[in-house]
Amino acid sequence: MRYYTYFPGCSASEGAAKAYNWSARAVSKVLDVELIEMENWNCCGSTPSGAVDELGAYCMAARDLALAEKRGLDMVTPCSACHVIFNRTNTYLNGYPHFMAKVNEALAAGGLEYRGTVRVRHMLDVLTTDVGYDEIADKVKTPLSGLKLAPYYGCQVVRPHFGFDHPESPQSLDKLITTLGGEPTVFPLKARCCGGSLIISEEDVALDLIRKLLDSASSNGAECLVTVCPLCQTNLDAYQSRVNRKFKTSYKLPVLFFTQLIGLAFGIEGKTLGLNTNIVSPKEVLNHIYNPISHMTTH
Amino acid sequence: MEIKTKANTFIDEICDIPGGEGIRLCIQCGTCTASCPNADKMQHTPAQLIAMARAGMREEVLSSNAMWYCLSCYLCTVRCPRGIKQTGLMHAFEYLAVREGLSYAGTFTPTMYRSFNHFACALGSLPEFGFMTWFYIVSNPFRAWRMIPIAINLLRRGRLSIRARRLTPEATSQLRAILDKAETLGGVS
Repeated sequence: MRYYTYFPGCSASEGAAKAYNWSARAVSKVLDVELIEMENWNCCGSTPSGAVDELGAYCMAARDLALAEKRGLDMVTPCSACHVIFNRTNTYLNGYPHFMAKVNEALAAGGLEYRGTVRVRHMLDVLTTDVGYDEIADKVKTPLSGLKLAPYYGCQVVRPHFGFDHPESPQSLDKLITTLGGEPTVFPLKARCCGGSLIISEEDVALDLIRKLLDSASSNGAECLVTVCPLCQTNLDAYQSRVNRKFKTSYKLPVLFFTQLIGLAFGIEGKTLGLNTNIVSPKEVLNHIYNPISHMTTH
Repeated sequence: MEIKTKANTFIDEICDIPGGEGIRLCIQCGTCTASCPNADKMQHTPAQLIAMARAGMREEVLSSNAMWYCLSCYLCTVRCPRGIKQTGLMHAFEYLAVREGLSYAGTFTPTMYRSFNHFACALGSLPEFGFMTWFYIVSNPFRAWRMIPIAINLLRRGRLSIRARRLTPEATSQLRAILDKAETLGGVS
């Protein structure tokens, strides 16, 4: 059994990416990974808080890190934004002692202290590095044979530098797809931005970036995209119809969380994985895994 | 004799922010600009912004729309041959602009960020529905109208919770106490 402090983040716990939380928990169970959710964690502040009140934002993130430090376990989050924020906080607090002192002065007002020792990891890192491809392969019951999947990493899982994968040409998700029996497609834009939260304030700018990703994935033969971030999933899935309307395209690419994909290969029920929450339905694409005969007749 | 020019003060201000000191290392190669997915939307490219900051053009930098188009994708940061934390610089410009009240620059991104921060600090978690509704109402109610189809799609699949996740009252006041104290400490530098 492997133990981690679990930080689901706002989007995966109560927001648009609940399916990510559900599927992460379900596959962790199969892989003997114990996710111990931190009690009373607060929002990491993401990019917006830092832009408005930098010190306040560091203090918000530091409160979570201080709570995690008491347990002495690595902290794992499925959210790429939480991942980058906590790592940034660690880098700057540990790199600038006077800054650490200042943040600790604020934390002391809440009876907390942070020493800078919590290692913060992304779920993709934990599952591919700690658990590893072999252990994952052992649990595969329904190989995703013939499924062409575009591995979409986005930005903040691999950048700036976290060590477990290359910041511009990452491979871990590609390897994971192969482990599950699927076929990772060539995807030149696999680590490019989906527009992030600018989808809210500058929709046209973000839609253009989303269109490029959908185009890159589909022109390389992908039937489905696989993501590792709540916001990437929401942008690509919920706004796909908007892209189609704006650019007169007809993309119909389901966007799965990588934990949903693992769960499918493990034979976990679709409902447990939250497959019914996907806006572009993956039903048709997944049909041929579950029903190879109907697949052969329809093609 | 020490000559304190305008340039020295702005550059010092940036260098005092953790990670900001890298700005002195820039060789104006333009790799950041070439890597940026949004450089074409910016009034000043990332490299120009650095050159302007080093020339002491404080007001021009802080009133530019450039940093508000930063996606925090960190491509510039990983590619910079001088190891400058470009993305961090963009965040620092944003934060200084907000502090100066110079944060509109023709885009609603600062308003969106402020709405986000308001909810995150007050509740300790981010209720996506409440935050987005609030943002659209204060920025452009017409956009709220246009968002209805997307909201319905999310709602129908249980992806839009009206109720926010709440921390215990003790945890909420602990967070409040920390943030109140932080406010008295005079910023990051």
